[in-house]
Amino acid sequence: MSGKKQGRKKSAGLPAAPERAAPAVSHPSGGGQRRVVITGAGTINALGHDVDTTLAAFREGRCGITALDFRDVDRLSIQIGAQVHDWRAEDYFNRQQILLYDKFTQFTLLAARQAVAQSGLNFEGALGLRSGVVLGTAGGGLNTWDDNYRAVYEEGKNRVHPFVVPKLMNNAAASHVSMEYGLRGPAFTVATACASSNHAMGLAFQMVRSGAAQVMLTGGSEAMLCFGGVKAWEGLRVMSRDACRPFSANRNGMVQGEGAGVFVFEDYDHARARGAEILAEVAGFAMSSDAQDIVMPSAQGAERAITGAMRDAGINPDQVGYINAHGTGTAANDKTECAAVAHAFGHHADRLMISSTKSMHGHLIGGTGAVELLACIMALRDGIIAPTIGYQEPDPECALDVVPNEAREARVGAVLSNAFAFGGLNAVIALRRA
Amino acid sequence: MTDSITTRIREIIAEQAMLEPDQVTDDSTPSDLGIDSLGLVESIFALEEEFDISIPFNANEPEKSDFDISNMGTIIAAVRRLVAEKAA
Repeated sequence: MSGKKQGRKKSAGLPAAPERAAPAVSHPSGGGQRRVVITGAGTINALGHDVDTTLAAFREGRCGITALDFRDVDRLSIQIGAQVHDWRAEDYFNRQQILLYDKFTQFTLLAARQAVAQSGLNFEGALGLRSGVVLGTAGGGLNTWDDNYRAVYEEGKNRVHPFVVPKLMNNAAASHVSMEYGLRGPAFTVATACASSNHAMGLAFQMVRSGAAQVMLTGGSEAMLCFGGVKAWEGLRVMSRDACRPFSANRNGMVQGEGAGVFVFEDYDHARARGAEILAEVAGFAMSSDAQDIVMPSAQGAERAITGAMRDAGINPDQVGYINAHGTGTAANDKTECAAVAHAFGHHADRLMISSTKSMHGHLIGGTGAVELLACIMALRDGIIAPTIGYQEPDPECALDVVPNEAREARVGAVLSNAFAFGGLNAVIALRRA
Repeated sequence: MTDSITTRIREIIAEQAMLEPDQVTDDSTPSDLGIDSLGLVESIFALEEEFDISIPFNANEPEKSDFDISNMGTIIAAVRRLVAEKAA
């Protein structure tokens, strides 16, 4: 009998904890805290290589999921994904940089350049000392692992390139961002599977709010679409072979994506003093742990993060107009998430909109919350709610307004972005209109 | 019908369920045996490895799979069919 089985058996037998009694707020609200705003955004994902193209795809309900194209894809049983197409690293990086940057770092740096350019910030001098970077990723340099395991195991080579370790390490992207801009404050990487980016952005928010940093670059990245990355996911048998259809009764699993999203989180007074354009205000954040099961989600754990984020932001449930769902398209997540939202919002659950943009850009795992935050900003700034595409059949267990198939115009003042990771780790961010 | 294939299937499921093979009766469902969704996926993997077969199973829509997981009897029949197809 393995320890793992004992562990699972034991946890399955534990009585349900009185979860709602415990506070979910990860950071106490209080006086004297700074307001935090977003002054720059950047992305690359299957929908486009920048924010404008991605938002256009959200408005059009365009799907970025295609046949996967990489080495040995014919040996996979799952052959679709939201892959970044027409990626030419040499357009952005020199030869030496390409040798040193795994694809997840390349994606991150491209997104960071867009975000910093939009913000108009220059980190030279004192600002660099008061600024940092916190990013999420689950797999880090997984392509580098994959390529080099191939070299030593399959091809029998006994030597690897000297940069393998600095290229594959999960903090590589955060370190290169800090070097590119001279960010000398807090810099690190968060790995909480599918919630990595939300955890990263939540921590960045807390650091600016508390005054620990003036500006934080934050978000996340993932580049797991390679033979080993997809093969590993196949094992769980939760992947769809044909499409990602969140909340639809005929959904049959998740579809992996890749890419990055990076944002500039800035002290509101600092942004205002320099006349920066403000995209949205980061209003609150909460995290919780299910402490229950390594893969099956808990509605109570999710609900505690949702209500915690609203409490942290000082917003009432009836002020929330839109939620960007975790919405993976698996049987388990979508019904659990809808139950959590229904319980957290009561009657208002029938009035708010909730959509899963994973139906378009796939599940970017550790980078997903970052790309999804773009849909939240679009809702607040442009009054356009990104749809859940691929929606075909209503599911009584997901009986919310999931904005099926077509984007919708609506004026919303506050939004949430949900992320619920394997391991039972939940992270929810609240934004409000600037 | 009890032969080596059926016996081995029962042993594999029993190991997963932490039971004795004779407790794995034909009419018992995975849930009767205390096998949760992850345990089921793990059992299917173990059966694939044992018999070198590929079992069509998506945890999101188990009822739509060709592989009937209603109870041990249907699982045994389905594995036997796949083993026979492989030999054919």
